[in-house]
Amino acid sequence: MTLRAEHVAVGTELPARTVTVTRADLVRYAGASEDFNPVHWNPRVAREAGMPDVIAHGMLTMAVAARTVTDWVRDPGAIVEYRTRFSSPVVVPDDEHGAYLEVRGRVGALLDGGRVRVDLTVTSGGVKVLGEARAVVQLGLPGQPEAPAEPGEHSR
Amino acid sequence: MALNPTCVGTKYPPAHPYPVAAEAIRRFAEAVGDPAAVYVDPDAARALGHPDVVAPPTFPFIVVARAMHDVFRYEEIGFDPTYIVHGNQRFEYTRPVRAGDRLVTTLEITSAKTLRGRDVLGLRADLADADGAHVVTTHMTLVSMVPVDAAEGGAGDDAQG
Repeated sequence: MTLRAEHVAVGTELPARTVTVTRADLVRYAGASEDFNPVHWNPRVAREAGMPDVIAHGMLTMAVAARTVTDWVRDPGAIVEYRTRFSSPVVVPDDEHGAYLEVRGRVGALLDGGRVRVDLTVTSGGVKVLGEARAVVQLGLPGQPEAPAEPGEHSR
Repeated sequence: MALNPTCVGTKYPPAHPYPVAAEAIRRFAEAVGDPAAVYVDPDAARALGHPDVVAPPTFPFIVVARAMHDVFRYEEIGFDPTYIVHGNQRFEYTRPVRAGDRLVTTLEITSAKTLRGRDVLGLRADLADADGAHVVTTHMTLVSMVPVDAAEGGAGDDAQG
């Protein structure tokens, strides 16, 4: 089941996802991450900070985008590097739908040693919200066992 | 308040160890909407070669945030923390964080600049396990949304918290 480097080429598309983020999701993320910055739950403070309304935690958007990569590669331990710039805020309206995040990924480069670079595009309402969102992923190499031989080792 | 450029290079003493509980990982995975078994089921994690459940890729950020709360004071370097948003974020992993880890975070200030009227702070955090082995390094920039000089006008197009 290990995703192998020889099955992947530049341009290989990862399954696209659409994810909704509601005010309730922001509250849940605030609790789980202990990030109680009020711009993520208090419209008055969000406006004082210069935002049109409450915005999603950048780290929540980054986490939502990461799932596109981890679902594809199956093992979170395969991720070697993950980075992004937070280019535009995700404004989360106070309604039942919330904000829509569209996440797309494609293989942007084949690197040495079975590593590949996945380029992610994340938009909300047609606006790019993450800039240069990229993950470097270690894929399986030909001749490697399906699972690591030693318990406690991971697939890197 | 003015950001003090001489703070660049400041390295803080290691923060208190952060014990990673399986339950904290479950709660985090649920909060980011990821139902993958590897985050909640030790057998599923072991099938992938991990000794216990692992954390989603962005989980280390909350360990870093906790360490910042522990050792770091914005006021000491002249950074106004009233409205902070996140500029960029990078993780470099040796291995995923997993349940049972006791992570020790060491923080360093890597940059301090004023860009388009906003103070921007760069931080690096190195996370090591109880044996001192590297787990993950994170780099981030934080932007204070309080204008340094109101006459310079707004930036605010490169940040979202």
